[in-house]
Amino acid sequence: MAVLSAMGTELRSGDLLFHTSATLVRVAAAFVVAMAIGSAIGIFLGRSKLLNRLFDPWVILFLNIPALVIIVLSYIWFGLNEAAAIGAVALNKIPNVVVTVREGAKSLDPQFGEMAKVFRFSRWQTLRHVVVPQLQPYFAAATRSGVSLIWKIVLVVELLGRSNGVGFQIHLHFQLFDVATILAYTLVFVAVMLLVEYLILQPVENYSRRWRVAGVM
Amino acid sequence: MLNVNIKSKAFSSSEGEYLAVLKDLSFECADRSFTCIVGPSGCGKTTTLRCILGLDSDFTGSITVAGETGSQKVSAVFQEPRLLPWRTVEQNVRLALKEVEESSLDALFEVLGLSAHRAFYPTELSLGLARRASLARAFAVEPSVLILDEPFVSLDEDTAIRLRKLLLKVWSDRSCTALMVTHNLTEAIALADRILFFSGDPARVGGDYLINVPRSERDEETITSIRRDIKNTVNSPAASGDR
Repeated sequence: MAVLSAMGTELRSGDLLFHTSATLVRVAAAFVVAMAIGSAIGIFLGRSKLLNRLFDPWVILFLNIPALVIIVLSYIWFGLNEAAAIGAVALNKIPNVVVTVREGAKSLDPQFGEMAKVFRFSRWQTLRHVVVPQLQPYFAAATRSGVSLIWKIVLVVELLGRSNGVGFQIHLHFQLFDVATILAYTLVFVAVMLLVEYLILQPVENYSRRWRVAGVM
Repeated sequence: MLNVNIKSKAFSSSEGEYLAVLKDLSFECADRSFTCIVGPSGCGKTTTLRCILGLDSDFTGSITVAGETGSQKVSAVFQEPRLLPWRTVEQNVRLALKEVEESSLDALFEVLGLSAHRAFYPTELSLGLARRASLARAFAVEPSVLILDEPFVSLDEDTAIRLRKLLLKVWSDRSCTALMVTHNLTEAIALADRILFFSGDPARVGGDYLINVPRSERDEETITSIRRDIKNTVNSPAASGDR
């Protein structure tokens, strides 16, 4: 009850909407950056044994650096700004994407690659119609684990060096020992993430799997 | 015209062993001819095709394709249809094309009996239909040389016969040079103007047989007599084997 009333208070003052959307924007930005860079690196490492051998230690290194270290260092080096915040979150997620997509790139079917070569697909056509669809399950896996990881890290980033967002609010109410408001923000954001899952991620995945469903029938 | 002249082609195994597959293999396919390559399994037929298709350039010798028409010189029908499962039949064909002429595509789908299946995904097709779609893609690019790697294996005989007829129809409407690998001698006799027999280890052209009977007159009886003739004249183990 206390949580609901706290939620009501925050909603009326406009804080809830403001801070939740600030966090959501950061989650989205960090997600896009991490998926784009991570996928590109993953595909390169999966396709080239040499590159993989050269950069594998770096991937392991970044996989194991604590999120907090990356966040603090990036604030110190790049200042307390939005780019540093989003960059730090993305950097935490990139190695995960790399590892997942790399596995996919290693298992690409050479038959389709040869077909694309014989029929002279351009690089772009090969990427879009041959490579990416084969990697779809791996992208889906990276997305699933990615969104949840990112939103958790975004809160830490906000707590440490931003003046808005759910993380900032939780920090504020932590200092006031206001558990109800902390839980209110948590609940609202979890609800938002559930909506993202069911309204965006799952429909997208179903669409990209439409040809498989057809095969089963 | 297709001119193949492979001096040697070898594979090295993971233990560093060196295995010669082809040696002094040379033949020519005249324009608009239909040539079949027959030989035992593992004798290097598919390897030869891969060299022609540019999928394997690790050989000594030369391969030249002198084409007169078509934007693309060489196209292929693979043993597996190799259609992208996440694209429809029509998208699969269109992806191979650079510029599309609507009318010719419609006609091609019509001839191959695929008009009703354009919007289907390959996973929804039977193997026979998928093979037809693969043929459609290969012909759609108007190649000057068409390479076929056992395109009709693992089909029941009726379907295979129907597809062979379709292949001949589409092929004769277009001016392209066809080179097909098969280990089914009857199929080779039914389709080709000329049969090359691969033999030996490393493989080379062990026999060369020209068929002068027009295709329309090649009934069962004629095929049997051609087969007998091949057995007597071509000195190659591949020629005497059944299948």
